[in-house]
Amino acid sequence: MELQVVDLGVARGGLPILQGVSFTLEAGQVLVLRGPNGIGKTTLLRAIAGLQPALSGHVSLDPEAVAYAAHADGLKSTLSVLENLTFWAQVYGTTDVAPALQAFALQNLADRPAQNLSAGQKRRLGLARLLVTGRPLWVLDEPTVSLDASAVTLFADAVRAHCARGGAALIATHIDLGLQSDLLDLTPFKATAMAQGDFDEAFL
Amino acid sequence: MIALLIRDLRLAIRTGGGFGLGLAFFLIIAVLVPFGVGPDSAVLGRIAPGILWVGALLSCLLSLDRIFALDFEDGSLDLLATAPIPLEGLVGVKAFSHWLTTGLPLTLAAPVLGLLLSLPEPAYLWLILSLLIGTPALSFIGAFGASLTVGLKRGGLLLSLLVLPLYVPTLIFGAETIRRGAEGLGTATPLTMLGAITLGTLAVLPFASAAAIRINLR
Repeated sequence: MELQVVDLGVARGGLPILQGVSFTLEAGQVLVLRGPNGIGKTTLLRAIAGLQPALSGHVSLDPEAVAYAAHADGLKSTLSVLENLTFWAQVYGTTDVAPALQAFALQNLADRPAQNLSAGQKRRLGLARLLVTGRPLWVLDEPTVSLDASAVTLFADAVRAHCARGGAALIATHIDLGLQSDLLDLTPFKATAMAQGDFDEAFL
Repeated sequence: MIALLIRDLRLAIRTGGGFGLGLAFFLIIAVLVPFGVGPDSAVLGRIAPGILWVGALLSCLLSLDRIFALDFEDGSLDLLATAPIPLEGLVGVKAFSHWLTTGLPLTLAAPVLGLLLSLPEPAYLWLILSLLIGTPALSFIGAFGASLTVGLKRGGLLLSLLVLPLYVPTLIFGAETIRRGAEGLGTATPLTMLGAITLGTLAVLPFASAAAIRINLR
């Protein structure tokens, strides 16, 4: 598995915000995206996950290889922790949710409805979903929001184990995860030119 | 996809509102109309097909905006869009589960409410049949409307305005089937048209809805 991003440009709300982003991510590697608020980290990640088309450039990896985790965890509040996780496992065609529960220390909460979880516990459940997707590239948008120090360690361990299995992770974050990772600052790629894309694009 | 269907049904049951709301609304219409119109059973029997179909249509409309809006709000729609399920399949499953939680209960409850409206006896078979054939179209058209308005806050009004004109053919042929059945006339024509509309929406709208969702998620 190798992700090659070549000369990628992305737009939000019809305005180009990043251009000329190029990097390579190989199996076993973690790449951390940095940059001030609004620079386009989320938009870039969504483009790589296939949720929105790129303005220009090329992403080598098929979105089918990407497990995407956004700001929102996509949990159903009336389903229990186990039901939420089992659902995603079935969607991705995997069966075993026990390792995911264990990796994020959720075993004791398995039967609790997601609406009764704290913000940090919800986040842990959202991240545990990554483990049941079985996909090689994790694309994570601020994964450590509302996690406490020990949960961040759990998360870092999960990423490390994922990379050891030949996966890779692309993470937008502001904190130091204590991972062996490369850093990519997006500030130099800020788009300067006005929209040269489709005129219609601004209205969609 | 079966997992998605099970999840949606489970959510509809646990959250409440999904199952009961449409049914309760249907009941309210069928109970209130005789009070408004008066007890003349000849008059009631004549308007009953129309009332029942309008009621079914409006109760369907009530729960439409929940089809995608809830998943959009908690972020699951993004995650489902990146999951291995094709979006067209997702729309199909969601529309089907909407039908299971509204259209099907409405169809089953309709004969009882037909009694309240003194629907003529030969019409009951056609009432059930026309609702059974027609209500899937309501769910699929509704899912299309919901996918167009998925990113909007309080998109309910716009959704109703978009969807209601599309519901008109189903309403006309559905009510016509019952009316003709009640008068002992042939029902083949309106029933065939009703079936054709349903099959058409089943075939085309999941693709249109998926395209709309893709644009709305950008």
